[in-house]
Amino acid sequence: MNDQDVLAELGLRFAIISLMAIGGANAILPEMHRMVVDQHGWMSSETFANLYALAQAAPGPNIMVVTLIGWHVAGIPGALITTAAITVPPSILAYAASQARSRWNRLPWYKSFERAVAPLTVGLVLASAGLLILSTMSGPVSLGITAAVAAFALFTRANPLIPLATAAVLGLLGLV
Amino acid sequence: MTEESAAGAASGPHVTLADLFLSFCRVGLSGFGGVLPWVRSMLVDERRWLTEEEFVNLLSLCQFLPGGNVMNLAVCVGARFRGALGAVTALTGLMIMPLIIVMCLATLYAEFSTLPAVQALFRGVASAAAGLVLATGIKMALPLRRNARALVFIALTIVAVALLKIPLVWVILLLLPVSFAAAVVLRR
Repeated sequence: MNDQDVLAELGLRFAIISLMAIGGANAILPEMHRMVVDQHGWMSSETFANLYALAQAAPGPNIMVVTLIGWHVAGIPGALITTAAITVPPSILAYAASQARSRWNRLPWYKSFERAVAPLTVGLVLASAGLLILSTMSGPVSLGITAAVAAFALFTRANPLIPLATAAVLGLLGLV
Repeated sequence: MTEESAAGAASGPHVTLADLFLSFCRVGLSGFGGVLPWVRSMLVDERRWLTEEEFVNLLSLCQFLPGGNVMNLAVCVGARFRGALGAVTALTGLMIMPLIIVMCLATLYAEFSTLPAVQALFRGVASAAAGLVLATGIKMALPLRRNARALVFIALTIVAVALLKIPLVWVILLLLPVSFAAAVVLRR
């Protein structure tokens, strides 16, 4: 593929993926992984997990992982194209939905649809967690960090930056 | 226009484009590991642009629309106070600083990612980030824990995506109609 083909492929694929992102970035993580690692071989599974961690460590919406994937594959043009592709189609939908919302709210099918979507959304997030754990675990310490951070986030309301920074230090000390 | 915005026009806050841009810009800058808690406290507690109930209603719409929850929320809030231009302004405010910061981080990562110390650091952070996603999934599953129908579809989705690696579009096309039918028949 030449550069322009790669950019076009990135834009098109991420625009399609953006419309499947019900429940946000975590829901499409497995699909992005399948596309960039398994299908195109644009990066290793480990790089994918590192880019995800980088997006988590930066401020802002988790969907920024898409920007990093675009950047890794095709530099700054790639980053801008994937960011636009993941942002624009859902935003147009959200705008249309915000106009129609008060009518839907009272319809029984809307409630049923919500109840039908919820378990799929949750399943996708847990599947993402599974894939990330598989690609990051390198021994008991890395699994222990994953478990400890999950417990920290479940049982405290403290800033998630605290466990992320602690894990960075453990990594720096060569313990992971 | 919605009923809420009709009511808002009578008694609600006056929100300028600059207000929208700056407020969402600050949310974008503060949200480490997810922006949802920050956007709620900005909209409900600080600026009082939405009541708690309005926030929950808007968010549940944004949850199941495709795209980032908070991105959609920015679009809806912007649209509600300032129409299409407001939607673009709020979304740009939310995205602009994180975009710049993440690009700087990416450049640093490219420069230094081959250093052993940086690789070691990232092994730690990546394991922690996986834990954050796991916790988010568990938190989202908790309200559904007594609902057998929901648990079945959670399990089916995990198996289809993580074990069988079925493309997401097929998972949605196959599971959503069945899930919808089950939700209608079982009424819960």
